[in-house]
Amino acid sequence: MITKRIIPCLDVRDGKVVKGVNFKGVKDVASPVELARKYSDGSADELVFYDITASAENRGVFTEVLREVAKSVFIPLTVGGGIREVSDFERVLTCGADKVSVNSGAIANPRLVGDAAKRYGDQCVVISADVKRVNGAFHVFVKGGREDTGLDAIEWIHRCVGEGAGEVVVNSMDADGMKTGFDIELLEAVCNIVNVPVIASGGAGSQAHFVELFKKIPTIDAGLAASVFHFGEIEIQDLKETLRKNGVNVRR
Amino acid sequence: MIAVVDYGVGNMFSIRSSFARVGENVLITSDKRELEKADKILLPGVGAFKDAIGKLRDTGLDQLLIEQAEKGKPLMGICLGMQLLFERSFEYGEHKGLGLLKGSVEPMKGYVNKNLKVPHIGWNALHLVKDHPLLKGINEGDFVYFVHSYYARDCAESLLAVTEYDKPITAAVAKDNVMGCQFHPEKSGNVGLNMLKAFCDL
Repeated sequence: MITKRIIPCLDVRDGKVVKGVNFKGVKDVASPVELARKYSDGSADELVFYDITASAENRGVFTEVLREVAKSVFIPLTVGGGIREVSDFERVLTCGADKVSVNSGAIANPRLVGDAAKRYGDQCVVISADVKRVNGAFHVFVKGGREDTGLDAIEWIHRCVGEGAGEVVVNSMDADGMKTGFDIELLEAVCNIVNVPVIASGGAGSQAHFVELFKKIPTIDAGLAASVFHFGEIEIQDLKETLRKNGVNVRR
Repeated sequence: MIAVVDYGVGNMFSIRSSFARVGENVLITSDKRELEKADKILLPGVGAFKDAIGKLRDTGLDQLLIEQAEKGKPLMGICLGMQLLFERSFEYGEHKGLGLLKGSVEPMKGYVNKNLKVPHIGWNALHLVKDHPLLKGINEGDFVYFVHSYYARDCAESLLAVTEYDKPITAAVAKDNVMGCQFHPEKSGNVGLNMLKAFCDL
């Protein structure tokens, strides 16, 4: 059977990997090419390469860095940040991306998900939602988490999947950077309404958090994190050993 | 020289990078003379069967591939490229394939348990059925990366390896010089690179 996936996320700005705490106060970690190679040669199951400032500063993904990353990566690579039109899909796909993650762009351009899915296939289109609780409801945020769209996150995700998104990344802004565990309540709500792979993001601080995620939500497909992997707080190989001991099917 | 058929589908960047990693420069081309000159031919493919076979027919590349395969030149299909090698596909209607391998391509929906997600996306284990030089760097239980909604069936004659997604799913096939894999070797880490190297070494 399909294994549960462990996915390091490389948030990139100015050609360097950064990781914010609740999206503020970002720190430099290392060269994306170096990190990507380390992960691809190691036990990571996939990589997400995200230009975190693209949406705010109207900047495309740095295709040169992307090309360099893609040359050394022999596992699936998802690219996001600044994807607004079908032509942005083309731009990153020709630089070696396998899947394209859409966030703000899908809200600004409601036809984007459907048009891209028709052209490149559902498996290529990932909807990535930054979600935060507002008065007890889950809202979708855009512009790197700075703007509340007022949209109900669960309905929004459901609609995107209906239009052809083949995978969903759910990033809990409430949990992001807190290292207190994944947002089980939010992730369960999403898993209950979609039948495409769901990737959990935000909140991982320890190996136990990944065990909790896969044990509590058997239908979740993957756990994504950044700083805990980049800083070596969690070694993916060790994490997989722990998951295996706890009965979670992972790739050796 | 390995020639990769460029017919407007598939991620050539990853194919080129992964062959480069195993020390092989490939020629990505749609030029018939180049394909005729090549030692081996790789047929990639992503997307819908009907579009892909249509593009091969419109350019006459379908006949060229059949001729080259019949002459004994090693031909490998990846993902949709593998599916194209079979007699027919039932992806949105019925479409004729290249007919180089016996078998057909059918939807996974209705075949696998309905609770399972389709497309079948992710890392899954290989179970080896038959020995073949293409599998020389591959061990029983090795994980490879799949992304597909259709699968090849009735292909016992060429079946090399399966994966389990509730039911057995054709993962790799070969008959004489014609071979293919459903998974993406260029995205399957060292296991996939080993297989590409084995193809280079044939």
